Amino acid sequence: MNVLVYVENRNGAVKKAGLEALSKGKALADAMGGQTAAVIIGVDVDQVVAEVKMHGADKIFVIKKDDLEHYQSAGHLASVVEAVAQFDSKLVMIAATSLGRDLAPRIAAKLGIMYFPDVTGAEFKDGDVVVKRPVYAGKIYMDFKAAKLPVVISTRPNVFDKVEIEGAGEVVELNPEYTLQTKVLDIIQSAAQKLDVSEADRIVAGGRGLKEPENFKLLENLADTLGAAVGASRAVVDAGWRPHSEQVGQTGKTVGPTLYIAVGISGAIQHLAGMRTSKVIVAINKDADAPIFKDADYGVIGDAMQIVPALNEALK
Amino acid sequence: MKIAVLVKLVPDTASQIRLNQEKSWIETRDLNWVLNPYDEYAVEEALKIAAEKGGDVTVITYGKDEAVEALRKALAMGANGAILIKKEGYTDLLGTAEALAKVLKEKAFDLIFAGLKAVDDDCAAIGPMIATIMDIPCITEITKLEVGDGQVTAQRDIEGGHESIQASTPCLLTAQKGLNEPRYPSLKGIMMAKKKTVEILEGEHVEPRVETLSLSYPPERAPGKIVGEGLDAVPELVRLLREEARVIE
Repeated sequence: MNVLVYVENRNGAVKKAGLEALSKGKALADAMGGQTAAVIIGVDVDQVVAEVKMHGADKIFVIKKDDLEHYQSAGHLASVVEAVAQFDSKLVMIAATSLGRDLAPRIAAKLGIMYFPDVTGAEFKDGDVVVKRPVYAGKIYMDFKAAKLPVVISTRPNVFDKVEIEGAGEVVELNPEYTLQTKVLDIIQSAAQKLDVSEADRIVAGGRGLKEPENFKLLENLADTLGAAVGASRAVVDAGWRPHSEQVGQTGKTVGPTLYIAVGISGAIQHLAGMRTSKVIVAINKDADAPIFKDADYGVIGDAMQIVPALNEALK
Repeated sequence: MKIAVLVKLVPDTASQIRLNQEKSWIETRDLNWVLNPYDEYAVEEALKIAAEKGGDVTVITYGKDEAVEALRKALAMGANGAILIKKEGYTDLLGTAEALAKVLKEKAFDLIFAGLKAVDDDCAAIGPMIATIMDIPCITEITKLEVGDGQVTAQRDIEGGHESIQASTPCLLTAQKGLNEPRYPSLKGIMMAKKKTVEILEGEHVEPRVETLSLSYPPERAPGKIVGEGLDAVPELVRLLREEARVIE
């Protein structure tokens, strides 16, 4: 049974989360005795094609269209649907990024099939595709079985490993027909390639314990040293100290980086749910009874304003 | 302008979620049920547009009898009408989207809002699914919106930035945090909401096409340690991160 994976790129640069989805897709295709195909959409995508070949794609469907340089739901949808028709796919996979969250449900609705969003596990067991997905922001996990294939699966970024293995990489150009329904007016990338918490491998997050919005400068410095993204608790986002795009937790982003440093965050249940799958959690908090210490691998009790600069110096 | 907002009743995000005895579902007793937080942004935006441009706001939910509570909360914020599409048992995402799309098509709204996701099942799927079924434009996870004549311009967050997208109406928009500051229902609003009639429609029941195998708690984290107090703990913390956890060079 074949697996088709949409691999996202932005301006010709492949998304790591896309390669993660591809590697998981290939593992499932291998288990099911099928082939793996990738779908690439864009303009200048040669580098993406090369990367995808090196991550196990047997076949690569390329859709080169000037009007699909940026994500266009209708055009991307038609492209993936065309590839599904060309390649007898039992699984359609895609990384659950802002693009993937938008596109994946449309694919399912267009094909009239089931969709498992944002999965953290997917296996082929006794002839069935079984997925695991967190609900309630990770307070509970649910395991599902697809009663019927094909299905669409979106994979949570930073959960599955990308695996380098060369595939046959046969390139097939497609020319789908579509009518665009939206117009992209403008794309603004934050200065200095700021890392997004949902993609970062390391996160330094701050909460009320930082006392003032200006003190986030200390966290930004530490984040710079570590190559980390800055995250925030709901309290400081609601107070307007930090943009909501940095919020970690149930009404923000769910993250699972290798290293999560929580500074001045007490650990409200909705915050813990959003970050407790991080591999290593460090908590820095003045209050020795703060719930965050229960989930932290390493805790330091103390004043963030003292500890953070010292930690930054020690790490430089 | 006819505006619809899709809403859902969910457990408060401060809730500790427990499984029932058979571990076949979550324990729903003793939970505090609220209007899905992302739906509050959707309702607020709809009310703002209706006030500015003229029009009315209908809130719609697909659920069991108790789901009417979500409608009451939105009515208390100021929505004009409400529809409960009654559901039986459990259904899958596509079934839910189809049930809602059917009603939305019949009522011919100019704008349809939804929260970007419900904080219970965290799917973020229903909005784009409905738009696909209805074949109308859809912009998800919006943080800013301008409504013009027959078209909308919305801003949505992408990783490390944002994009600005235009679509013609009718269209569907899903609300992200940051779009606005949802109002609190006034006492008068709450009183009025109790008097407003909720239209009840029988939803078609579609047997779920997925099988729920099991529910579980997340894996327990191994107990951690307090490295120490104050500045003295910093060198030891760095050593542990380097040598024990091996997460820094």
